[in-house]
Amino acid sequence: MDILQILLSESFWAASLRIATPLIFGVLGALLCEKSGVLNLGIEGIFAAGAMCGWMAVWLGAGLWGGVLIAALAGAFFGLIHGILTVPLGLSQHVSGLGVTLFATSLSYFTYRTALPNVSSPPRIEPFRALDIPLLSDLPFLGPVVFQQTALTMLALGLVGLVWYVLNRTALGVALQAVGDNPDSVDAQGLSVYGLRIGAVMAGSALMALGGAFLTMSAFDAFFFGMVNGRGWICIALVIFASWKPGKALLGALLFGAFDALQVRLQTEVGAMVPGQVFLMAPYVLSIFALVIAARKAEYPRALLTPWFKGQR
Amino acid sequence: MRIEPRTAPGRLMTLGVPVLSAVIALALAAIPLALAGADITLAYAEMVKGVFGSVFAFSEMLTRATPLMFTGLAAALAFRAKLWNIGAEGQLYLGAMAAVAIGAGAVDIPGIFLIPLIIILGAAAGAAGMAVPALLKTRFGADEVVTTLLLNFIILIFVQMMLEGALKDPMSLGWPQSAPVLDQGMLPQLMPRMRVHSGLILALVLAGIAQFMLARSVWGFRLRAVGENAAAARHAGIGVNRSLFGVAILSGGLAGLAGVSEVAGLKGYLTADLSPGFGYTGIVVAMLAGLSPVGVVISALFIASVFVGADSMSRAMGVSSYLADLVVSMSLLCVLIGGFVARYRITRSTPTVGAA
Repeated sequence: MDILQILLSESFWAASLRIATPLIFGVLGALLCEKSGVLNLGIEGIFAAGAMCGWMAVWLGAGLWGGVLIAALAGAFFGLIHGILTVPLGLSQHVSGLGVTLFATSLSYFTYRTALPNVSSPPRIEPFRALDIPLLSDLPFLGPVVFQQTALTMLALGLVGLVWYVLNRTALGVALQAVGDNPDSVDAQGLSVYGLRIGAVMAGSALMALGGAFLTMSAFDAFFFGMVNGRGWICIALVIFASWKPGKALLGALLFGAFDALQVRLQTEVGAMVPGQVFLMAPYVLSIFALVIAARKAEYPRALLTPWFKGQR
Repeated sequence: MRIEPRTAPGRLMTLGVPVLSAVIALALAAIPLALAGADITLAYAEMVKGVFGSVFAFSEMLTRATPLMFTGLAAALAFRAKLWNIGAEGQLYLGAMAAVAIGAGAVDIPGIFLIPLIIILGAAAGAAGMAVPALLKTRFGADEVVTTLLLNFIILIFVQMMLEGALKDPMSLGWPQSAPVLDQGMLPQLMPRMRVHSGLILALVLAGIAQFMLARSVWGFRLRAVGENAAAARHAGIGVNRSLFGVAILSGGLAGLAGVSEVAGLKGYLTADLSPGFGYTGIVVAMLAGLSPVGVVISALFIASVFVGADSMSRAMGVSSYLADLVVSMSLLCVLIGGFVARYRITRSTPTVGAA
């Protein structure tokens, strides 16, 4: 059977991990925000900002890691806006997030168009190249699938571990989870609810921006309009699917990557019978299904969406 | 320093804040304009000229405002009940698809029957599109923000599929577009040689009805009660899920009408780029309006002015037309902060005991 052949091939799993990488960044970012009690619907726009800023920094000569840093800073900036609006001001997290998405997207597009008014084909940069780690790259199967990816994919995998470690094994992580569950208790311990939440939103938004930076600096080597194409929203669904756990977030992103990689490979075979759009639709339909199934037993951070004000109980 | 709620935000506050926010957003747009190297005074003059400079310019603005009134009303009603319908974009396309499915020759009846049929089916299609996430929310507790957002993508891909399949115009020489709506099915024009059409009248009438229903009817009272405190509303014997489902249907229907109005009032046929994000912009329209239906009319006119004005400015000055989106998004952020300022005040002193 052809599908079996595909599922056993190294190139298929390598592609799945590559497609999953921006989602891994995005889900981890969204997870950090939500753990602290703030839903961040700015994600779709922050992806675009990360993609544009990272690309433009490299194009202007900042170097690849300089681009990554600039993208993360841009993400943190939009996170700061969302954090101020939703945490001390306590405004609707839904509406503020959408506002940030619209703002970040239009600002990125405007900046891109202003810098390059009349180009038909976008200028390309030299993107991250696939690593060739001695010994590890030579491992059977795992070598080509995991260790011959670009540095950003390695970074994403490393961040899964780091986010898990910080959340579960450090005092900061415990405080962060507490502020999303019971901000009063955090305040009673003399910690700053505002500080923890804004910090988490900024850090999470920086991670989201890295997902965007992966698009321009690793997956494609140019920026173009509409390149984020709903990836951010899928991350929001994946966080619920993952029950706010970093390990499950990695799994969810990989499942999506695998599904996307599979549809590309199947399209050529069954394309004659089924319109290609059915495959394009599938990840979104799957997201909704995952959401419905996961929502039944979702362990939401208890203070998610609830603003907290100092001195008001 | 502490933040405390104002006792009663005055009428001036509720009206003044959105206007002031819009003005501030326009003023802030001077920064990107200056960075883009444009002469700011000249740019704003071009913008105003682009909206009020001629009858044609003004009618173009009204044409642009029409779909925004529908999607703005869709968002305003749903948000009143704290039902976060972010799916107006998709529901708009469902309405548009229904309009061409029935209006492009499926039935050849006189306009007096065909036009109402197109309107009703378009609204029904939009409503059906919102019924799904509403059902998933009330039945399974699936967050409607995410489901409506994801549905936008599903519907848009479905539209592309239909435009290459069942709805494709055989005469279109390979372009993915639908057959044109029959002449008698087109909404009548309002002014000769202008594009503004009677969809505008429909939007105005519906805004009036929505305003009246919200303020005066039992239905409106229930909806507001559900939005303000769902638990208390449930305790008071209001069927919260039923109310939510009802407003979901209405919201989806209004968004569907935006699609009908664009197809049967303006374009004449359906393409996949029918809407430049009217569904998302509708959310900004509704927020600027303070979720009031009559306010939606005014803020739709404002946002349409920004779009049409920025378009003609960008042509005259060579500045990217993404400036319009930038102004619109900044208006939303400004009105959010403005809304906070209207509801709370920041005081230095501790509150005096016993003061009401």
